[in-house]
Amino acid sequence: MLRLERVSKTYRVGAFGRGTLRAVRDVSFELRPGEVTSLIGESGSGKSTIGRMILRLLRPTSGAITFEGTDITGLRGSGLKEYYRHAQGVFQDPFSTYNPIFRADRVFAMIRQSYFRSVRDDEWGDRVVEAVRSVNLNPDLVLGKYPHNLSGGQLQRLLVARALLLDIRLLVADEIISMLDASTRIDVLNLLADLKERGLAVLFITHDLSLGNYLSDQTVILRRGAVVERGATEKVFGDPRHPYTRTLLASVPRLGVRWEDLPVPRIEGHECDAPPDEVEDDHFVACFDTASVHHGRKSESV
Amino acid sequence: MSLRVEDLEVYYRTLRGEVRALDGVTFSVADGEIMGLVGESGSGKTTLGKSLTRMDSRMRHVGGTVTLDGHELPIGDTEAMNPFRFTDVSIVPQYAMSAMNPTRRIGRMVRELVESRKIRFSSVRDELNRRLDLVGLDRGVLDRFPIELSGGMKQRMVMVISTLLNPALLIADEVTSALDVSTQRAVALALASFRDHGLVRSMIVITHDVSLVYQIADTITVMYAGRLAETAPTDVLTSAPRHPYTQLLISSLPEVGVRYGGKRLTGIAGSPPALLDPPPGCRFRDRCPLAFDRCAEQPPFVKIADDHEVACWKVT
Repeated sequence: MLRLERVSKTYRVGAFGRGTLRAVRDVSFELRPGEVTSLIGESGSGKSTIGRMILRLLRPTSGAITFEGTDITGLRGSGLKEYYRHAQGVFQDPFSTYNPIFRADRVFAMIRQSYFRSVRDDEWGDRVVEAVRSVNLNPDLVLGKYPHNLSGGQLQRLLVARALLLDIRLLVADEIISMLDASTRIDVLNLLADLKERGLAVLFITHDLSLGNYLSDQTVILRRGAVVERGATEKVFGDPRHPYTRTLLASVPRLGVRWEDLPVPRIEGHECDAPPDEVEDDHFVACFDTASVHHGRKSESV
Repeated sequence: MSLRVEDLEVYYRTLRGEVRALDGVTFSVADGEIMGLVGESGSGKTTLGKSLTRMDSRMRHVGGTVTLDGHELPIGDTEAMNPFRFTDVSIVPQYAMSAMNPTRRIGRMVRELVESRKIRFSSVRDELNRRLDLVGLDRGVLDRFPIELSGGMKQRMVMVISTLLNPALLIADEVTSALDVSTQRAVALALASFRDHGLVRSMIVITHDVSLVYQIADTITVMYAGRLAETAPTDVLTSAPRHPYTQLLISSLPEVGVRYGGKRLTGIAGSPPALLDPPPGCRFRDRCPLAFDRCAEQPPFVKIADDHEVACWKVT
């Protein structure tokens, strides 16, 4: 549905933009309908830059991003507006997404203003109620409230409901639950999974491997702007091949396994710019070297 | 017996009344123990950490005592706490990223801090170097400004500064939550090594992440809405929790290996009560699947096994 082909983004940094920073290098992957793809990386790995390029908030320096066959990098005006009818994003901080002066449901009114001017009031009201119900919120409790009256989880779900009012096919969720508490974040995660069952393509950007593993069908691991490993989630997590992926997996704190029992593999000597190669069906690894990386045995699944 | 906190009550003054952030908290931390303190936002965990070191002007010590090695700490009196701070109790604050003076080179800032305690900088210089080695920082960081350091480096630098005078008790407030996973592991292990090397005697590690304290803590205490819900040795609390809140919290964690397709996790419906005029009785009552009539009364925090205490009528 949405395909990234050798996408790179270079930022100008420093005084007068004299320096350059290659935030994203040669990234290719594809989002498919009915699938959650998690984009996992540490800070500075370029994961948010990719999300913003997909939402056309930034333009790639090179490469192509195609949505159902059309290149979206050059879209403007009505073409861009049409694209946003199908592709929407939800971001990290729910409290700064809303204007605190207005009621939270103003986000719905703004959608109506841009896309559904001809819809009658009562019909629009029904659509809003239905969208709010479909994100498992009680319309009586959330509509007409100000952002400070609602919890972070409720605000994030309202933003998803806003996207559902459109003819949404692609949702970019950039760290949408990192600011939520443990007891409420899982409900937002489950909501993303419901969206995929409706046939949406979801790009779930996160630094948290356990969340990515829980939710996604496809996993893309980024390091310093480049893809080091990607493929079906059970393959990437079950049989991680790249030393960086294994380092990440060994570093996630988890219940029942102590860090002492999980040594961190060394990743020195694995600097290379080659794009990932397919090592098995639906599993791509960059700089894959059977002799030095894999030692010829199946790594412990973690 | 290192630290004993007895029935501590700390309220925040606001225009609308008093917020009961800590409402009768009783626990102790043994010598050499790392206690993990877990709770959601607004549960009072940071308030507890701040109460033991330095209360800000909005906080009011309403009742209860804090005893460290047999001496009662004057926690309600900022001035009187001065001789205890950094030498007996010390804190690595939540926003260590901004805890250092941006206008000073780090070495000069440390010198000023140490001298403000009437200690000659030259007498701690060797120790400072040794600890930089311990947390894996280059000695050259002392000649740099805080802005030149990465997040993980700053966090480790603040840990070194906070523990330079060998406090009996160190409070580490969310030290790893802003860090990347691989840095998080290094920083958390460095923190535990401070105890192992005897640089601090006991430690309270405050976090929202149960799996993180599982890695380094000896005991875990769970807070909910200003009160303690459960305290137990780490393995007991994570494998056989008794309080319904702890049980639901742990079962809602997506662990590596748990897949949506295989096992659908559920959250805890509802949200914690407002602490401005909280309802009487058990504070988890409204969200608790086991709640019954008796929960309208406040459950006592009682011992059900060695080192295992729970505040729930269903358990006792």
